[in-house]
Amino acid sequence: MNIIVCIKQVPAKDAPLAIAGNWIKESDIGFEMNEPDSFALEEALRLKEKHGGEVIALSMGPERVKQTIKEALAKGADRAIHIADDNFAQLDPLGSARALAAAIQKEKVDLVLTGLQSDDHGFGQTGVLIAGLLNLPHATIIMQIEVADGRMRLKRELEAGWFQHIECPLPAVLSIQSGINKVRYATLKGIMAAKKKEIATIARESLGVSAEVTQKIEKIYVPTKTKKTEYLTGTPKEVAAKLVEKLKFEARVI
Amino acid sequence: MKILVITELRQGKWNNTSFETLVAAQQIAAATSSTVSALMIGKGVAALAEELAGKNVAEVLLVEHDLLEAYTPDGYCAALSQVVSSSKPDLVLFPHTYQVRDFAPKLAAMLGKGMIGDCVGYRNEGGKLVFVRQMFQGKTAADVTFQGAAPWFASFQSGAFRSDLLAAHPSGKAPVNKVAVTLNAEQIRTRPLELFKEAKSAVDLTQAPLIVAIGRGIKAPENIPLAQALAKAIGGEIAASRPICDEGWLPMERQIGSSGQTVAPKLYLALGISGAIQHVVGMKGARTIVAVNKDANAPIFEIADYGVVGDIFEIMPALTEALEKAKSS
Repeated sequence: MNIIVCIKQVPAKDAPLAIAGNWIKESDIGFEMNEPDSFALEEALRLKEKHGGEVIALSMGPERVKQTIKEALAKGADRAIHIADDNFAQLDPLGSARALAAAIQKEKVDLVLTGLQSDDHGFGQTGVLIAGLLNLPHATIIMQIEVADGRMRLKRELEAGWFQHIECPLPAVLSIQSGINKVRYATLKGIMAAKKKEIATIARESLGVSAEVTQKIEKIYVPTKTKKTEYLTGTPKEVAAKLVEKLKFEARVI
Repeated sequence: MKILVITELRQGKWNNTSFETLVAAQQIAAATSSTVSALMIGKGVAALAEELAGKNVAEVLLVEHDLLEAYTPDGYCAALSQVVSSSKPDLVLFPHTYQVRDFAPKLAAMLGKGMIGDCVGYRNEGGKLVFVRQMFQGKTAADVTFQGAAPWFASFQSGAFRSDLLAAHPSGKAPVNKVAVTLNAEQIRTRPLELFKEAKSAVDLTQAPLIVAIGRGIKAPENIPLAQALAKAIGGEIAASRPICDEGWLPMERQIGSSGQTVAPKLYLALGISGAIQHVVGMKGARTIVAVNKDANAPIFEIADYGVVGDIFEIMPALTEALEKAKSS
């Protein structure tokens, strides 16, 4: 079973964000693998261990993205494709999906996996759009994958604690729900082995897909507060005493 | 401008976010001199379409087909792309549900268009619509505009508009117009099977008046007893954001948020929870929200009544002690 996993590199969770127009200043902050994508990678590796085949990590962005690609290779992906694009942050969801779909089309794959959404833009559309562009069946928010006889039986999460089983033929595109598995760490052996693995770089422009945007982020900003928050300060003991006082006599909830 | 709202049912009943999205459409229509149509899709849903017609809409489009009885992304995309092509709306609005996430981006892409998903509001800037959504897990907001020609597609987050503001039809009832669509079984490649819930939850957090919730800030399962002691002292239930339940540190039934339970307790004490959108939609209805977080910029503080910028490992025991002292005095 040959699987491509789409992996995005995003600003580190604890990175201080300095807003610059419609994006952030990228200097001085760390980047990491988008956490929801790490679950998709793990699921791909587990499927490969069970059914054989190859796992290809696919990522788009500037040179720094290679660091995340190497992490995916160290964890067990067999090879990687890097779509080089210094302006990746300015693409809209359809523009990103067009480039990813064009790169996927060059490969012979049974399954394309994505995470549920990215921790930066949070569009949550990439998997569904890739499926649409490649005319493949798809399912999202997947919590379990079983493969038998060229078909998949999937557990899809719905809202409010409900789930649904779905049957889906292969090839297909799945968006994986976070928490589907326990993500592995890269071993030292894996890190060493990754050094010999292939990273094929393609310039996004060379894929021949449109970068015309259907939507544009005009600016980003710190949201205006809708509620007036009363901050309590002091030593932990003082704060605790103040809070009990407030909850008892002001909010009257305890 | 012509606005079309795609409504959604959840297991045969109204999904309330459908009405919230209709309110958004009514407000946008009032600001831009537009008309609103509502669309009902499924099988055997004519009675619900009649109910929709009682709202302030110009018309209700009823799309029924045997192959639309159960939701499939292929069926919905095939049917709705035909309806959008024939009825030619300028703006198509959806509630931002898991189902909409599953098909709407593809529907837009089939027509060569984009979708602005998960919006929390909009502004009308001299006739140009600006949609507001969150980025960086709620740490920033973004103003987003459509580029290129209509139709435009957008979805609104649950709770972004108040469904109780939904206006009734001024003169009784709007017309319900059936729209025929052509579908064949081969187009639908996935097969939806049964719906189910995991093991019946032993705890119903929706009924808990006081909730103590933990997030990533709790760091390790060994630290959970500190929060449990606090929950006990306050007489509340313990709950968590998704990552904690994903790790298996607390059972899934204690998860608050879009994929877990939606609660509106008297008091919600958020400990080490950053306040990502997916969590906030499940608890923003709480009467009083207290947030304790070491990051002063955590989005949870935007909705908190009381905020403490500090270390939960210092605050939790101090608060437990203060609560026990208050009880005994």
